[in-house]
Amino acid sequence: MGLRVCDLAVARGGVPLLEGVNFALAPGQALVLRGPNGCGKTTLLRVVAGLQPALSGTVEGGEAVAYAAHADGIKATLSVAENLSFWGAVYGAGDVKAALERMNLRALSGRAAATLSAGQKRRLGLARLLVTGRPVWVLDEPTVSLDAASVALFADLVRGHLAAGGMALIATHIDLGLPEAQELDLRAHKARLPEPGDAGGFDEAFL
Amino acid sequence: MRDLRLALRAGGGFGLGLAFFLILAVLVPLGVGPEPEVLARIAPGVLWVGALLACLLSLDRIFALDYEDGSLDLLATAPLPLEAVVAIKALAHWITTGLPLVLVSPVLGLLLFLPGAAYGWLIVALLLGTPALSMIGAFGAALTVGVKRGGLLLSLLVLPMYVPTLVFGAELVSRGAQGLSVGTPLALLAGITAGAAAILPFAAALVLRINLR
Repeated sequence: MGLRVCDLAVARGGVPLLEGVNFALAPGQALVLRGPNGCGKTTLLRVVAGLQPALSGTVEGGEAVAYAAHADGIKATLSVAENLSFWGAVYGAGDVKAALERMNLRALSGRAAATLSAGQKRRLGLARLLVTGRPVWVLDEPTVSLDAASVALFADLVRGHLAAGGMALIATHIDLGLPEAQELDLRAHKARLPEPGDAGGFDEAFL
Repeated sequence: MRDLRLALRAGGGFGLGLAFFLILAVLVPLGVGPEPEVLARIAPGVLWVGALLACLLSLDRIFALDYEDGSLDLLATAPLPLEAVVAIKALAHWITTGLPLVLVSPVLGLLLFLPGAAYGWLIVALLLGTPALSMIGAFGAALTVGVKRGGLLLSLLVLPMYVPTLVFGAELVSRGAQGLSVGTPLALLAGITAGAAAILPFAAALVLRINLR
């Protein structure tokens, strides 16, 4: 059981961004994706999570993914605990109380999510990962709007997940404090821009 | 799964369609005049058009809110099949919009001098027809989910698809009012709803996947 990506090429809005991406994650391993803005980190993660088709190449093990992106999927009118138990029920796994405890959200559990700060919302979004019970975490800039203490808490969380045989694929710009994680710089996989008049397929006419 | 219903209800908009339906039914006698014969003849049509428009009001909320806050991405990667998500959301929409309309429609029928024989058929027709409205609407909402302010486009797409339901629904009520046989419109109305419920969750899920790319 693992995540294996073979010779993957991805495109956003019809423009090829990355090609020849290869990596494999075994249980207990983490991979950090690096690269400047717009280089295709988010697109690659969406392809791995199965939200978007790849241009070419294969993703194995993509059905075991728990995906967390910039938007946390939080309903403002529900309380913190209700938000989390909803996702717990959808995934049919996970302990909501333990997840709240783990992300320091217990004191906030009765509050409406609309009144949370950006960092608190992010912590709630990360707590959702715990209730999914999925082995592969695909995280898109998980530390946005977190303070230093929460980043450390997050690193702890990932470390615990890895120790339990989980895997993590993380796109980020900062130092997470996860020295054991491998790194992959996506600049090396930048796709060659198609020559003008090169492709011109049927789809191209609509882009 | 049941939590989806909760989420949708907490999302607000509940009662908006109902209030719209009430106001519409009150405005028609003011506009057309108080003659009972005229009102009684147009009542089935007015009630059905009102139900249609009230239903339309809350359609764009079905997926747009979840799209904006990222829930839709997360639901698409969840173990729940997207087809089931669509079906549940359409059901939740019907419970918050269609069902209240069915329940208040007899009162509004009174306002519009609907003949006594028609009340039973009015309820039957709405009960059979409004689930199709929600299901077709969910499909339309899935089509327009990525479009900014897609509400108008949604209305333009969905209203033509509502025509068969409207025709047979209103026909069922007016035939009921005149004491004629109602077998044909009843069967057709039920057929439309059953067909919509059987096919559209799959179509809507497919469209959603394309829109999420």
